[in-house]
Parts: sequence; C-alpha cells; structure tokens
Amino acid sequence: MGPRLPALLKDAALTAFVAAALGFFIVGFRTVDIGSTKGLSFDYQFADLAVAVVAIFVGRLGLSLAAEGQRWPALILGAVLGIVGAGPAKLPSAFLHWFVGLAGLLIIARTLWPSANRAFLQARQSSRGQSATRAGARWFGWILLAVAVVMPLMPFADQKTMDLGVLILTYVMLGWGLNIVVGLAGLLDLGYVAFYAVGAYSYALLSTQYGLGFWAVLPIAGALAATFGMVLGFPVLRLRGDYLAIVTLGFGEIIRLVLINWVDLTNGPAGIGSIPGPTLLGAVFAENAPPGKITFSQMTGIPFDGTQRLVFLYYIILGLALVTNLFALRMRRLPVGRAWEALREDEIACRALGINPTNTKLTAFAIGAMFAGFAGSFFAAKQRFISPESFVFIESAIILAIVVLGGMGSQIGVVLAAVLLIGLPEWFRDLGSYRMLAFGLAMVLIMVFRPRGLIAHREPSVRLRAAPPGGR
Amino acid sequence: MAEQQPILEVRDVATFYGAIQALHGVDLDVAKGEIVTLIGANGAGKSTLLMTICGSPRARSGSIKLDGEEIGHLPTHQIVRRGVAQVPEGRRIFPRMSVFENLQMGATISDPAHFQQDIDRVFAMFPRLAERREQRGGTLSGGEQQMLAIGRALMSRPRLLLLDEPSLGLAPLIVQQIFDAIGRIAREEGVTIFLVEQNAYHALRLATRGYVLVNGRVRLSGTGRELLANADVRSAYLEGGHA
Repeated sequence: MGPRLPALLKDAALTAFVAAALGFFIVGFRTVDIGSTKGLSFDYQFADLAVAVVAIFVGRLGLSLAAEGQRWPALILGAVLGIVGAGPAKLPSAFLHWFVGLAGLLIIARTLWPSANRAFLQARQSSRGQSATRAGARWFGWILLAVAVVMPLMPFADQKTMDLGVLILTYVMLGWGLNIVVGLAGLLDLGYVAFYAVGAYSYALLSTQYGLGFWAVLPIAGALAATFGMVLGFPVLRLRGDYLAIVTLGFGEIIRLVLINWVDLTNGPAGIGSIPGPTLLGAVFAENAPPGKITFSQMTGIPFDGTQRLVFLYYIILGLALVTNLFALRMRRLPVGRAWEALREDEIACRALGINPTNTKLTAFAIGAMFAGFAGSFFAAKQRFISPESFVFIESAIILAIVVLGGMGSQIGVVLAAVLLIGLPEWFRDLGSYRMLAFGLAMVLIMVFRPRGLIAHREPSVRLRAAPPGGR
Repeated sequence: MAEQQPILEVRDVATFYGAIQALHGVDLDVAKGEIVTLIGANGAGKSTLLMTICGSPRARSGSIKLDGEEIGHLPTHQIVRRGVAQVPEGRRIFPRMSVFENLQMGATISDPAHFQQDIDRVFAMFPRLAERREQRGGTLSGGEQQMLAIGRALMSRPRLLLLDEPSLGLAPLIVQQIFDAIGRIAREEGVTIFLVEQNAYHALRLATRGYVLVNGRVRLSGTGRELLANADVRSAYLEGGHA
C-alpha cells in the first residue's frame, strides 16, 4: 500500500474535516427549552461530534482501503468500528452506537463484496454450481420452514416475538399472493390492499352480524375478494404497465373511501369492533367462554395462558401462507401458470399462440385477490377490530416492495424481503426517529447491490434431465 | 395451383391505423400446400396484411376466409385455434423461459397426447434447439431464436403457417438455413406457408407464387420464377441486392 497511504490518509482527513465543519452547527449545538419564560438556550454536544468525526475518518479510510484492494487493513478497521459500535465503551448516544457499528459492517461488506460476488458468479456459471445453488435454495427453504414451525415452542418466543412472527407471516402470505399477479403474470397492481380489505370486512361483518365462525367465512371471504378481483380486472385488462398501476391504485383508494363513507354497512371511520377470534374445533381462546362456547383450557385441561391464542394464530397464518405458496408453485407447472409467465414476457406472442389474454389475466387477478381475501379475514380475526385506517396505500406499497425486493416471481425472495421489510423496522425501534431512515437505507442498498431483487434467478418449471416430461 | 380450393382467401381487404389507410383493397389467395410469398418495400403494408389475417388490427372492410369460413371478425386467439400459426416479426420468443418451455407454450392449443411426437419432430428439424433445450430463450443467437420461433409455431400443428420476415437481422448463411427449413416444412410436413419478406431473392426462389405489394396495393403477382425474371421486380427489389 506504501505510496498510496498518505493520499488515502489525506482524503480521509479531508472527509472528516468536511463532516466536522458541517456537523459543528448541526450536531454540536442543540437548543433546549429552559422554561416558558426564559425561552431557549444552547446545549453543547461536542463529544457526540468528536465521536462522529473520528468514526467518519476511520470509515472513509476503511472504504478507500477496501476499494484499493487492501483487504486486511480494511477488515481490521471495519472490525474496530463494529466492536466499538457493539459497545464495550459507552458512546454519548444510542444513535452513535448504531452509526459506528453499521459503518463497521458497511466496510466489512464492501471489502468482502467483490470476492463474494465473484464466487457467486462463478458458481452460477458452472452447471454443477447451478445445481448446487438449486439444492441450496431448496434446503434453505426447508430450513426456514422448520424454523417457522418450531419457533413458537422456543423459550425466547415471548409475546413480542410471536406478534412479530404473525405480522411477518401475514406479509409473507400477502407477498406470495401478490407475486402471482405481479411476479408471474406481470400485472403491476398498486391496489392489492383493496382485496385485503374486502376479506377483512367480509369476516368482520359476517361474524358480528350473522354469527358465522372464522372457518366458515374464510372461503366466503376468499370468493368475495376474488369476485372483486374480477370486477377490477375486467375494465382494466387492456391497460399495461404504468396505466394499469394507476387504475389499480385508484381502485384501492375507492374501496377505502367506500369503507369510510358507507357508514350503514361498515360503521365508517369508527370501524368494527369485538370481532370473534378463530376457534379450534369450536373452542375459543379466552379466559372465560362466552355463553354456549367452551374455552381451549376447558376442552384440553391445559391451564389458560395468554400466549396460547397467539401461538394458535401463528400456526393458522403459517398454514394459510404455506397453502398460498404450494398453490402458486403448483400453478406454475400448469398450463395456466405458464400462460401467466408467457403473458408477462410477451403479450403479442401469447395471442399468436392461441392464448386468450383476457381470461388468463382475469384468473391471475382473481386468484391473487382470493389469497388477499384469506389474509384479510385472518387479519380481522387477529386484530378483533378493523377500520379503514388499516387499508391505506402504504400497505399496498409495502407488499409490492416485498415482491420487488425479493426478486419478482421468487417465493423464497418474498420471505427474505418480508423478514427484512417488516422485521427490520421492528428491530430498529431502538433507533427512534432514525428508524425509517435505516429502513429506507436498507431498501436502497438492496436495490444497489441486487437490482433485480434478492433472488433474481428464475427456475424453469420443468427440468428435463431430472424427470422425463409427462405430457405437456 | 391457385385454382384449387384456397385455404386462405383475402378479398378486397382495407385496413386502417386510425385515419391512415394501410391496405387498399387487397386480394390474395393461398392454396393448400403452396408457399406463397408477399414482397415489398419498407412500409408497403406487408406486415399489416399478415397481422390483419390474424385479426389485429381488424380489416375495416373486405373478407378473410379460412377454408371457406369467414374469420375477419374473430379475435386473434380464436383464429389461431382454427389452425393458423404465426411466426411474428422480430421472433418474439419468451426470453426468460427455456427453449423447452417456449415450445410448450407453442403447444398451448394442441392435444397433450401428441406433445412428445411434435417436440421430437421440431428437435429433428432444428437439432440446435435440442442441444439448448434448457437454455433460456433470451440467451440464444438470433438464428437460433428464429428457429425457436418457427418451432414454437409448428407445435400447434398448423394448417397454415404465417411467417413475418424470418430473415430479419440474420447473417446470410443463417438466412439460407432458415429458408431451407421453411422449404422442408412445406414439403415434408405438408404445411401451407404464407411468407412476408423483404429479402425478395430468397423468398421468390422458395415460393410457389408471389405477390408484390406497393403502397398497400397488390401491384404484381405470379409464380416465383416469373417474378424473379420480371424486369420491374428486378430493378426494384433485386438489383444490387442479394443476388
């Protein structure tokens, strides 16, 4: 590294100087309220500033070294920052711990990235590597499934963890459902949350007004959502790309506005409360059974525990999500699923091969909507209270982000992206108001390093050497 | 040959793009077993005529009959289901799907029972596709993609095969291979072929009969040989060209 080192040091010093100059006023001073009569006064945070400037100096140096190919010095610097961030020594604020720690991780990632990337590309080149990747992906899927199944039985599975697990699985299911529409059929749907809302309100209304149970309503909610999918699909089938996205966006908003304004049916913005939870063979999960029902603990003799209900909900959503996944995987191997994929690739060619694009798109819309309807019913049964607030555009955007960041059409990618996008904001709660910043940063990083999504590789639906093709 | 019962009968067809008229009363026949070619300059309306036969865009007036049945009002996928396969301009294979999957898509409308037989026939005709059956369509060379597009169209066991500029953007040697394959499809498979081409020399040498389209009107027609010898055709489409 010899002759380049002074230049790198100078560069890092300059960066640190700029940071110090900018930070002097932004970070160095803080206004504090010292009582209504006296107004505002200054508070000094020069220790924070000093730590940040040193971290920036070391970080810049580490990144430059990594770019120069000096792996070991860069790794050491990254490790130092990482360890300092992880916190044996106490830094002035929690944010600085995160800042320094993430900077260390970033340097390490930047150092290892080229060789990891090269190894990955090489592995993909060779056909043996290809089948290894495939086998790896399959194993990874099974491991994830095993983890998901045993998670509630683990000692660390407290209420908070279970809540998060249920939330993530709900989004995994929604992601898999939307993946049929966006990933397979290539129809950009920005109003997916509308079908989620239809499912949720179906269950809420049918259970509170007519006393129907969760399991009875589930298929009805799916059917209703699928019907809405067709109703939306029909007029917009001629549209493509951006135009389709705009119309579906509008549809999502219309559903939400209807929910707000049709007060007689939906109770408007006040929402619907006291929705019954799902039952297990007729048993409810509560301390005291409502008249005519028995509780889970009465049925089984297991003493009542507040987390039982959550564990039950967890397994329901896990089951529903798996059904969605299996269905999508199966569809891909059927003619209609292949037609979806072909339609995504080239609509004109599809027509030239005798595929009816209208019917094909409608089935994709309807089936995608159906799974959103199932998920919506589950959501209503879990929350026990729903209002139009829960079905705003940002929900559609998050579900779409999960599909896109995961790599369109990839089932495992959806899981990873859901864990990242739903899990990260929860884990980042310590960051306070910087939480969404970290969230945004994670999204940007994914798109920079994996522009076609976490898992961009598309598996052929048939593999010839493994098995002779049966029929078509 | 043209006196036989025509498999395709185009009568007085006029097609518009908005207010712009692209075809002005075109008449054309294709008899069973023939290779008929339509040549013409850029923008003469060749592709428009082929697409009009497929129902997109629709003819504003005139009639298009397949084996005596009017098909002018049908949507494209219905026309395809009546035995008209199309190799669209620019090949339009599915780039992210494997060669095998592309061929599967070609068999969408045909009976699964004879899928294996059909795909074996396509692989026999284009051994290169058999070698690359698991490769993604988008990674094939231009010539291989054209073979795939033709093979995909054959998977539906068409009575009539429409080809739109299969030589477009291909090296001369590959063009020769493609035209040889088209000739074999007609002879060995008994598929009737309607070929739209700018490469007049190759097309006319292969064709039983040809039509020359100029500004949306059929200007000349005759056997491939006659047209090759025709002075107007030679000066407009062949001289300084591919001969």
